[in-house]
Order: sequence, then structure tokens, then C-alpha cells
Amino acid sequence: MFRAIAMACALTCASVAQAQIDVPLVYLHQAEDLPPVLSNLDPIPEDRGRAGAALGVADNATTGSFLGHDYALNVISVPADGDLATATRDALALSPFVVLDMPTDSLLAVADQAQGSGAILFNASSHTDRLRGTDCRANLLHTLPSNAMRADALMQFARFKRWDDMALIAGTHPQDLAFADALRASAAKFGLKISGEKTWAFDADMRRNAAQEVPLFTQDLGDYDLLLVADELHDFGRYIPYNTWQARPVAGSEALVPGAWAPVVEQWGAAQLQSRFHDLAGRDMGPRDYAAWAAIRTLGEAVTRTNSADPATLRAFILSDDFELAGFKGRPLSFRAWNGQMRQPIPLVTARALVAQAPLPGYLHQRTELDTLGSDQPERTCGAFQ
Amino acid sequence: MTRFLLPLVTLLAAPALGGEIWVTNEKDDTISVIDVDSLEVVRTIPTGERPRGITFSKDFSRVYICASDSDAVQVMDPDTGEILHDLPSGEDPEQFVLHPNDRHLYIANEDDAITTVVDTETRKVIAQINVGIEPEGMAVSPDGTIAITTSETTNMAHWIDTETQKLFANTLVDSRPRHAEFTKGGSELWVSSEIGGTITVFDVETQAEKGKIAFEVQGVHPDRVQPVGFEFTDDEKTAFVALGPSNHVAVVNADTLEVEDYILVGRRVWHMDFSPDRSLLFTTNGVSGDVTVIDVAKREAIKSIKVGRFPWGAAMRP
Repeated sequence: MFRAIAMACALTCASVAQAQIDVPLVYLHQAEDLPPVLSNLDPIPEDRGRAGAALGVADNATTGSFLGHDYALNVISVPADGDLATATRDALALSPFVVLDMPTDSLLAVADQAQGSGAILFNASSHTDRLRGTDCRANLLHTLPSNAMRADALMQFARFKRWDDMALIAGTHPQDLAFADALRASAAKFGLKISGEKTWAFDADMRRNAAQEVPLFTQDLGDYDLLLVADELHDFGRYIPYNTWQARPVAGSEALVPGAWAPVVEQWGAAQLQSRFHDLAGRDMGPRDYAAWAAIRTLGEAVTRTNSADPATLRAFILSDDFELAGFKGRPLSFRAWNGQMRQPIPLVTARALVAQAPLPGYLHQRTELDTLGSDQPERTCGAFQ
Repeated sequence: MTRFLLPLVTLLAAPALGGEIWVTNEKDDTISVIDVDSLEVVRTIPTGERPRGITFSKDFSRVYICASDSDAVQVMDPDTGEILHDLPSGEDPEQFVLHPNDRHLYIANEDDAITTVVDTETRKVIAQINVGIEPEGMAVSPDGTIAITTSETTNMAHWIDTETQKLFANTLVDSRPRHAEFTKGGSELWVSSEIGGTITVFDVETQAEKGKIAFEVQGVHPDRVQPVGFEFTDDEKTAFVALGPSNHVAVVNADTLEVEDYILVGRRVWHMDFSPDRSLLFTTNGVSGDVTVIDVAKREAIKSIKVGRFPWGAAMRP
């Protein structure tokens, strides 16, 4: 009997929700002028990040089709020297939910411009720690892990391997310096030592000379267990492994890399996400694709659970203890209410395999072991939240 | 009181159990066959790529295997281990359930957000039903009128009318639902949520949630307590629930929905099945590559049996 009634009612009037809700989403992208690098072997995909957002919308839309929730993605792109303020105004006119793919300073400009509009913004492009600390904004959440989280993941592994004594080579770009800072802070946090440090400031052509150049360059680093490389623009780092004076493992921006995501992650159902992404984009899924996907899925999950598209309702839910996102990393993902950073396990990968996933066993925490990665509540420098 | 007596009974009954447990090894492309009497692997049978779901026909003359990466459901003669033919399954079949009519197979196509219904006699697809993303858990009501698909990323149980092969309800559950079973004569539906860490109990007639089971394993963070497969005892009074990377199986009172016990098993426990007389339970432990044998009456793990790499599904053959 109940079936007769239920059948009369079409697919869309399922028992969960009836009201139609439209959820427009914007992906706001500003191009970045990048300096040349030594090798062009791995060009940056044209749709980096954006393809992850597209997959997130497709995932949301399937769920939405059973609930009467409609998701639509608008992409707005501006050149590096383009008019970001106008683009931001256009974005906010379309939707209060905006995923940002742009350099750190632009993120701050957009967040400040959007202040008071009630919009929820997601940083899916910058690891910079100050965005989660002294320069945090209450309307800016972060799905990409911070440099501190990446560094802590690596240091937990170094500690576990008893690679207690490390050396560091850093490039000269702001991103390199920021990651190097995070590595130093994290080494201190976990009681590890960085004994030798050098700055890479060469302009030699390493495709020809790596085998001659790097051994000499690394000779005066002395002895160490692990060589850290901070080369976030992937300029020289690829030529370091196997060319060091001492036969030592390499980690950081190259070789063993901590990040939000990598094509070699396959556990916890990740193989399915990788294959969906590959079908959609025709390439492997990278960290920024994952961050954009997670931002869109966070909004979708919040809309599904609250049955609302009101930004204030969604923001409160996303930052609450009730929120959890299944992110294919083996644990529910949630947000730190004190700085808007998404908690997440950090895979440590080589080009060919997952080596470990942080937090490593044994790093305990009173709330969640995920908070052993990155800036924790007691040490927060962000005052914009709560 | 009865708990003290039961072990003796089990010991006495032990020599005459009989039967086999068939385990699919996801990353070895094989099935390990465990003899219930000797508790040893007696046969290893090659399959298609990435075997996961496994189930027998009602008379046990055929075994169906989801060979996910071969995009096929394979039909095997369990005596010879020979693959008789493939069924058209749709892409990436992960899990399935055989309708009580012994003929219709309801298959979750994980990569395609589709449930495929295949007639095992004519070997034809009779319906494809759009469901949520990453369908996995599959169940059919004992009277055969309702089929269930749960979708891992959409976080729903989809209710399918088996006459029309159309959805008549979609109900939200906690994150990443993995497994579904009807119980209490078909009046209740249980759905496990891996990331949510819960089992939702539905009243089948109204599709309304009537209860939720949460788990708490001492010394394990709640994030890592992840319910996946579960099975009921014959009297439907007790459920055994695999809790994934917490490496425990929970024993749940199916009437009060209270957890009565936790049993330590191998690493990342997935699915399970009982011996023919239901005195032993066999759990597949994905990461440790073994099967834990649980004495059902004692609620104790009594043996680990090494099988292939990443054991996934389990099915009993008397």
C-alpha cells in the first residue's frame, strides 16, 4: 500500500526533501606570472584546480538530483594584471559561494572586498601560513593544507625514520622561503635538527650539468640523514636526488613530497575519485584539483545536510562539530573553527607510490590526531574566527 | 549464564561443521577457499581482475564474482573452478545481490553511478537504474519486492521497486554508506556508514529512520571506527559488524541496538560470512591479508588464516 503511494510520487519527491534549492557556485581564477624553470617536462595543466571544481559540482549534482538541489558552476578568469576587483564584484553578484584560485595577495584582496557580503570564500591555491594566522579572514576557508601541515607531515615521518639530522636547500622565490620557514619551524616542533643550509641561486642549465653541479653544491653540507628541498616552483629540485655528494634520501618539494593529494593515492576508495577525475579531465588529479573539489563538496555536503543555501547557515554548519566530509583519505574531513583550515591527512608520496600518510601512528592529540598537523588551537595567531 | 555453557557445546559440535568459505582477494585476482573443518586454505582459484563481491546461486551450483577491473560478473562452476561465462554487468561492478527468485542479479556499478539488473538465465541486462555516485551496498528484501543500493559519495540508500525497476525513495544516511541488509522478516533495513561511523536502522514500510547505532572502541579514535560489512545470526537477534581500520568486529543486540562486545580481528576488516551451522564467523581483513575466524558463541577470535592480498568478499558454500 505504501508502495502505491510512494510510486505515484516521482523520483524528485523522495522522502528527504521537497523544496527546490538552487545553489550557484563560482570558480574565480586569476592567472599568475611564473618565472621560467630549468625543465619544461611537466607543464602546468591549463585547467589545474578548475577541473577539480567541475568534478565536485558533478558529484554534488548527482546527490542534488535526488533532493531537488540544483548546482551550477560559473568560471571567471582574469589575467595576472587583470581587473580583479571587477571580477570579484561579478562573482559575488552571481553567488555567495566562491572558490578562489590565485596568488596569496590576491586572495586577501578578494576576501577584503567581499567582507560584509556574507559570502563564503575558499582558498584552493595557497599554502601560505599567514593566511591561516596573522592574515586570516573570517570569510576565507582553506581546503588546501598549509605549509605548516605539509612540513609537520614530513617531520613526523622523519622522526619515525629517525632521520634526526637534516640539511636544507631552498630556492629564492617567496614560496620557497615560506616553505623553508615552515620546515624549520616544524623541525624544531618535533625535536629534529637542520644542521646545514644552502640557498640555490644558480642559473646554470641543469639538464646538461646536474651530475657535475649538484655533488659539488651539496659537498659542504656535511653529514646528515635527510636532505630537504624547498623548491616550490619546481625549478632545480628535480635534479637533486641521486646527485648529492652523500648518498641520502631527499624530501620536500621533490622526491618524497607531502601534499593534499597525488595520483598515487588509491586507498580508502581514492581509486574511484582518481578514475572519475581522469574520465572528466583526461589527466591525473593534483593537489589543487583536490582542494577545489573538496571546497565544492564541502558546500554540497552542507547544503545536503542543512537543506539550505543560506550562507550564514552553511558557514555555521561547516565550522561546527557536526560537519564531516568523506574525502577519500580514510578519515572524515572537517574544519578548524579557529582559522577555517580543513583538517586532513597528508599523503607523503613519490612519483610512483604512497610512502606514508600523516598523521603517523603514535602522534596523539586530545581532540583528533589530524590536529598534530599544522597550527593547533593553543598556538593560533588568527583572531578573526569566533 | 548461557555464555559459559555454550563453548562446551561448540567444542563438541566442532568436528562436524563442514562447508567452505570463499574469499575474493582484490589485489591477487584469486579466490581462496577455506575449509571450515580444518580452517585452512584448500584451494586457490584464479579470477578476473580485482574480484570483490561474491555470491552463490541458491543451490550453490554457480558462484558469481564481481571482477571489477574486468568490467564483468563472472559465473564460475564451484566444483571445477572453471569460468563458465561472463554476465554483462555494466562498468566496474563492485558488489551485488541475488534476488530471491535466484535469477535477477542487482549489481552496483561503482564508476558509473548505476545499478544494473541482469537476468542470469538469458544473460541480458533487464534494467539500468541511475543512482548516486559510487553505488556499493546492495540488498533485496526477503519477499523480493524491494532492492536497495547505497551510494558512497551521495550518502543515500536508494529504494528500488523490483517490479518496475524504478526508484521510489531516496533516504540520506551518514557519510560513505557501504553495506545494507534487511532484517526482522524484512521490516527493517540496516545501512552502515563508513566515515559517519554509524549504522542507520530504517523502518521499511515508511522508509523512516527508526534508530542509529554508534560504536566506541577503547583506545581507538572515533575517526577510525568505520563500520563496513555486517551479518545477522539466524535468529536475527545479534549482528556482527566489521569496523574497518579499528580492527574490531562489534557484536550488536539487534533488538536494543546496543553494542555488547568488541572482538579484535585482523587489520581493516571488510566483510564476513558464517559457517553453515553458524557457529563460526569468517571476516576478511584487507590490510593484513588474512581471515579471522570468530567463535560465535564465545565471541572470540580463535584463528587467523593467511589468504591472498587484500581479501574483500566472503561467501559460504555448504
